[in-house]
Amino acid sequence: MIAIVDYGAGNISSVKKALEHVGASAEVTTDPGIILSAEKIVIPGVGHFCRCQALNLHMRELVLSAIAKGTPFLGICVGMQWLFQGSTEALETPGAALFAGECSRFPAAVKSPHVGWNRIEVTGGSRLLQGVESGSFVYYTHSYRAPVVANTVASTCYGGAFSGAVERENVFGVQFHPEKSGKTGLKILENFCAI
Amino acid sequence: MKTSAPSEQLTKRIIACLDVDAGRVVKGVQFQQLRDAGDPAELAQAHADAGADEIVLLDITATSDERKTLVDTVRRTALQLFVPFTVGGGIRNLQDAAGIFDAGADKVSINSAAVANPALISEIANRFGSQAVIVAIDGKRGADNPRDAEVFVTGGRKPTGKRVLEWAREAEDRGAGEILLTSMDRDGTGSGFDCELTAAVSSMVSIPVIASGGAGNAQHFVDVFSRGKADAALAASIFHFGTHAVAELKQTLLAAGIPMRWPC
Repeated sequence: MIAIVDYGAGNISSVKKALEHVGASAEVTTDPGIILSAEKIVIPGVGHFCRCQALNLHMRELVLSAIAKGTPFLGICVGMQWLFQGSTEALETPGAALFAGECSRFPAAVKSPHVGWNRIEVTGGSRLLQGVESGSFVYYTHSYRAPVVANTVASTCYGGAFSGAVERENVFGVQFHPEKSGKTGLKILENFCAI
Repeated sequence: MKTSAPSEQLTKRIIACLDVDAGRVVKGVQFQQLRDAGDPAELAQAHADAGADEIVLLDITATSDERKTLVDTVRRTALQLFVPFTVGGGIRNLQDAAGIFDAGADKVSINSAAVANPALISEIANRFGSQAVIVAIDGKRGADNPRDAEVFVTGGRKPTGKRVLEWAREAEDRGAGEILLTSMDRDGTGSGFDCELTAAVSSMVSIPVIASGGAGNAQHFVDVFSRGKADAALAASIFHFGTHAVAELKQTLLAAGIPMRWPC
């Protein structure tokens, strides 16, 4: 069973439907017992980084200890940004700091938010993106983005390159919405379910 | 770490719009003469499979006794749809919007209610995020300058005295994530999008602008993405009566140098 952590950030029913579509059983929950015993954990999210404060207050230690014991974890959109050290969108709200770097706003030279389908440049060796061709299209909707770091496994260019996906051991993050990215997105969720 | 940068090219979006009345897809010509075109869930799926980048479902009557029908239709349509899904029509307050999100929509489109109560834009944006709020604007200008185009509400029946360009800017300031601009002069005519009006709005705001009203052939899309500076284009009737329409359209646009998600 996959625990989808509900911290009031919306878009949760779409993620649940997509996971179920690829054959997983998923439950939207705030229950610490369920989260700790889940086979996998997903933190979805759209909207403002400050919503992560609720996550920090109530579930941070829980989720981090599940990750530490090896539970596969997927953060989506703001859920991925939370894996970094923080975001200039909400300086008072720290991230989980599992990846180095801070999220920041797109430069003024490009329209923001970045809304729509864009390509991901996939680097080799990713378990999450196995079978996903470089140049595939995914759906983005966001105004802040994470930098390209050593653990970046897919990048997209919009006002410069940013992290489309990050991966380290059992920790995965995607800035785009796999639940809204058609066949490519479903393939990525299928890969996550198979880990 | 990859050092070579992919080309910087956010694609233009082709959005299939389903105008729904009492749970069935219909399409009018200039908001009249409705024709039955099918089941919303089936058509949404068919368009997504054919390559539509997003689906919009607009409830064009949205009387209070039909709200439940709409929520059921949204739920049924969202069930197997894995591309972005927007719902509009008759959303008057935060509770209405919450019900639509709960049924599986990713975005709501608000029109008359936003004009009547502009604070609704920020209420929904604060709760669900700006990316979830589209402000739909029905504009009419006749032969006038795009700057003088006027906002109409209530399905295009009631003039407001507001100017389209100013209202679009205000909607952005209040937290709208996108603008859906419908030219009432062109809607249903098949004579092409209003590129001048679309370009004027697109230059006025920094959020994406979806052009609507007047799509009749592929060249109209080429025009609205180039001359009209649109980020996305929406059409209904040209998609409903032929299943390969979206794919053919995208191939034509690609050949004209417009960035498209293709193959899907």
